[in-house]
Amino acid sequence: MDVTFKIRRQNPEVPGREKPYWQEFVLSDVDPADRVLEMLHRIKWEQDGSLSLRRSCAHGVCGSDAMRINGVNRLACKMLIQDVGERVQVEPILGLPVIKDLIVDMEPFFDHYKRVMPFFVNDNAVPEDGRERLQTQEDRELFDDSTKCILCACCTTSCPSFWANGHYVGPAAIVGAHRFIFDTRDQAGKERLDVLSEPDGVWRCRTIFNCTPACPRDIEVTRAIGEVKLAIRKGRTDGIIRPNEVQ
Amino acid sequence: MQIHKHDAIIVGAGGAGLMAALYASKAGADVAVVSKLYPTRSHTGAAQGGIGAALGNLDEDKPIYHTYDTVKGGDYLTDQAAAKILAENAVDAVIELERMGLPFDRTSEKRISQRRFGGHTRNFGEELVRRACHAADRTGHMILQTLYQQCIKNEVHFFDEFQVVDMIVVDGAVAGVIAIELGTGEFHIFHGKASFFASGGWGRCWSVTSNAHALTGDGAAIALRRGVPLEDMEFFQFHPTGIYRMGILITEGVRGEGGVLINSVGERFMERYAPSAKDLASRDVVSRAIYLETREGRSIKNRGYVHLDIRPGTVNRYFAEEGRDRSDFIDDATVERKLPDILDFCRTYLGVDPVKEPMPVQPTAHYAMGGIPTNVDAEVVIDAGGTVMPGLYAAGETACVSVHGANRLGTNSLVDLVVFGRRGGMRMAEFVKGADWQALPANPEGEIRAEFERIRNSTGKSRPGELRAKMQETMMENIGVFRTAETMQRGIDDLAELRERFYTDIQIDDKTRVFNTDLMEAWELGALLDLADVTARTAILREESRGAHSREDFKERDDENWMAHSLISHDGKLADPSYTVSFDKPVDLSLWEEEIARGVPEDKQKFRPKARVY
Repeated sequence: MDVTFKIRRQNPEVPGREKPYWQEFVLSDVDPADRVLEMLHRIKWEQDGSLSLRRSCAHGVCGSDAMRINGVNRLACKMLIQDVGERVQVEPILGLPVIKDLIVDMEPFFDHYKRVMPFFVNDNAVPEDGRERLQTQEDRELFDDSTKCILCACCTTSCPSFWANGHYVGPAAIVGAHRFIFDTRDQAGKERLDVLSEPDGVWRCRTIFNCTPACPRDIEVTRAIGEVKLAIRKGRTDGIIRPNEVQ
Repeated sequence: MQIHKHDAIIVGAGGAGLMAALYASKAGADVAVVSKLYPTRSHTGAAQGGIGAALGNLDEDKPIYHTYDTVKGGDYLTDQAAAKILAENAVDAVIELERMGLPFDRTSEKRISQRRFGGHTRNFGEELVRRACHAADRTGHMILQTLYQQCIKNEVHFFDEFQVVDMIVVDGAVAGVIAIELGTGEFHIFHGKASFFASGGWGRCWSVTSNAHALTGDGAAIALRRGVPLEDMEFFQFHPTGIYRMGILITEGVRGEGGVLINSVGERFMERYAPSAKDLASRDVVSRAIYLETREGRSIKNRGYVHLDIRPGTVNRYFAEEGRDRSDFIDDATVERKLPDILDFCRTYLGVDPVKEPMPVQPTAHYAMGGIPTNVDAEVVIDAGGTVMPGLYAAGETACVSVHGANRLGTNSLVDLVVFGRRGGMRMAEFVKGADWQALPANPEGEIRAEFERIRNSTGKSRPGELRAKMQETMMENIGVFRTAETMQRGIDDLAELRERFYTDIQIDDKTRVFNTDLMEAWELGALLDLADVTARTAILREESRGAHSREDFKERDDENWMAHSLISHDGKLADPSYTVSFDKPVDLSLWEEEIARGVPEDKQKFRPKARVY
């Protein structure tokens, strides 16, 4: 089948192309099971090598190729042509400065992530037997969902609150904090909740729910944000807050 | 020209690079990590099933059993002392990862959970053992995330989206690397007392691969071009279970949880090829079996793939036949809980639900056993005698210690990168304390800048994408799971023609500086062509079958003549290189030699090379 791609492009170095514009490409012999990423590669490799995008793993685990496909945030490698139809519109994700074609500046996104102390903290002495710290599988599952995050930015750049205010830490950073706040082994829950209580923290979330369907890893993002909000309101700061307790 | 000066320059931000960065910076070194991807995009994150370590949390286990499995899995090309270090250090390394917060799954005793994996056994091959420590089926993702998080905590200095394209060698020692900042297209010099390549593999030489697009072997190609020989390049692993046509990996953990391979007549064919380990024989054995079934006309619909079946009904039937306890039986929920990502891949890409239908799988190019030769402290060695190249380190897939020999065991890639990333990081920190800065030569980036300008300004007719696709096809066809002198010669001839076109007839569309991925991909193709070439040229000379190198014209392993590592070097002439190959580097057989010295009778010697039976 033939598929038409309408792609939002811009190139800061080419006169007349500094501002965004649309360009169409037609591909023939497309299989419905082909990935959108493969088709973007075909355009790049067969028709116009200057088409610029990020990508790496091509199967939805590295998080490089987040883009807006037919108006919704998706990873190009996780969308098949049969999911998007014969006319496909592709744009860069919103809310981050566009550098070239589908490539946006990811630095603000990673800076927000780093603000929430996205790392394990436990200064207690390690077990005397030299072995691992103990944790029940039940406790391990409390934060399982948020460990799946690949930092692709699909959620944060689908969020109207983030579009309106780029200082808002955004859903991905809150998921990153959730992963540690609900880990029974971690000790820095209070510090993280303090960061997230600040004006550009979790309260910027208006529960619009765009983030949840945008997540290519099927993380229940809005739920994770809700659990963090409840933890703050309950004032539980011992780092051991069970989602089922706070609801 | 910006010059950045740091004690230690680490190239690549996957598991090995981040591990080295953490340990070198904790030991006081000023470290910079230079990576063409954001660290969390690295391919370590795609590793699924687990990381092997003899914790013994579920079954009795010892590092020496892991050592034995690694040596046997490597078809006795593994350096035995290095394998022992790998297995012993694995235990500490996994405990350390847990202390960094890695969310492993847990046993009912609250300890790290472990699962079975191909070729991992108890008591020297007696029975399969649960050794692979796992976090669902995204263990690599958790390792990558955890290490990156700890690097943030330790304020490691990152240069994200800086692609290293050359290495500065002064009087036989390494003084740093040269990178292009992708966002501006500008060259930067990273002047370091030590440089550490942790830049991953080159699976993109083949058309069906589990590897990311980024895996173009940049580090290995740079080292080769700057005079470092590459070791054991003829050994490249094909993982038996890639998604049909796409090559996306389906973890061996599926078979670890009881999944079986089924041919077109409904037979669990691995029972014939590996009566004891069956579907969990080592990867080279299983990949060959799938090819042989295909050749015998028993692939599904005769299309070169077989079925991987994890449906509880199938699994439990075989468990019952094997007399396994009913408590081992699985149900739909077990599959959903233990293999969520695999289910997601199959549902997304194939529209197949593995709980209800079998998955179509075929062998997929997966892992380089060979690479930049190192000793057990990740110092790069440049000859058969183990001479160290001062200031140069390597670890992870791009390196060859050699712990994987002729065929890597499942989970050992993750073990390799944490163990040798850590050892290398610590050794490098020690080195930089005592070492002096070397003066940079004049215009160190001159040659590489000229190569980039050549590509940018070429006005030929060949698109890099077309040349890459042809290279991948010829490698798949001719230097794949089975090889003969004839196919390999065909591959070498094809590669020569592609090289000629790459250096005389190329053209790219994008002439700009900012994020010129057209230009970077073309340069990466040059790296892939070098690695494809050295793979083919060492493979054709090794006249035996061993591990992943399986020749139909030399079907047997030949310890008499070929118990040696290959080393191939390049004269640095990019367009028309000549290569030197030697097979003089002996395999370390020290564990076997110890057995002999202790007077262990021959039939009781565990590490004596013998025919591999699974």
